[in-house]
Amino acid sequence: MSKEKMNETNFEKMSKTYQPKPPYFMNCVKAFIVGGLICTLGELLSEMYVHWFNFSDEEAGNPTVATLILLSSLATGFGVYDKLGQFAGAGSAVPVTGFANSVTSSALEYKSEGYVLGVATNLFKLAGSVIVFGVVAAYVLGIIRYVWSLII
Amino acid sequence: MNFVWAFVVGGGICIIGQLLLDVAKLTPAHVMSSFVVAGAVLDAFDLYDKLIEFAGAGATVPITSFGHSLLHGAMEQADEHGFIGVAVGIFELTSAGIASAILFGFIVAVIFKPKG
Repeated sequence: MSKEKMNETNFEKMSKTYQPKPPYFMNCVKAFIVGGLICTLGELLSEMYVHWFNFSDEEAGNPTVATLILLSSLATGFGVYDKLGQFAGAGSAVPVTGFANSVTSSALEYKSEGYVLGVATNLFKLAGSVIVFGVVAAYVLGIIRYVWSLII
Repeated sequence: MNFVWAFVVGGGICIIGQLLLDVAKLTPAHVMSSFVVAGAVLDAFDLYDKLIEFAGAGATVPITSFGHSLLHGAMEQADEHGFIGVAVGIFELTSAGIASAILFGFIVAVIFKPKG
């Protein structure tokens, strides 16, 4: 038994030395360029909403995010966004488009199980964690900040 | 100049995400969750607003701004209704993002066929 365990740990150690190291630098360059381009597109959209649709600078964030979500949902439907994700890694996952991609792709994946049990149930399968942690963190911090403002 | 800073700051946030994926070996879901929490923490110290002022969409497009908007909505209502406001206002500013993600996600799933 102990010998088997030894082998297992040895195997993990040995296999680690043979695993290819991820190309850290190139991955970062790709993530930087793709992530930066998505944000530049967002800046373009928000300036458009400010100039043509009378949104204020602060309010323009909402329609911008909604437009980016629409674009990335469509790109996911056409299968383009997943290819971009393989190339860019975090560059396509970190912007809000990655959030929309995870919603749409998990909904599409379970389409065969029907609209209620498949699509609707699995819509937030991946994105749910983002909302849960965001809300919990914002709630706790909000209470702390409010209490802090009462003290001062 | 707005576009340059949006590109640089947005790309920079993505580099941090890529390093968390490659070096710290986190899954994309872990990275996204920690970024949302990080955005809320930065907003608690009023730092994220300064980043948005400086970088525009470079700060509002990454998922960190989701945490920032959640806290902002909560604090706006807290000013009016106190402790209840924190719970009431939490989705106030993010409703556009979540509603459109649900709507478009559902419509695309109905129209398109899954690939692969």
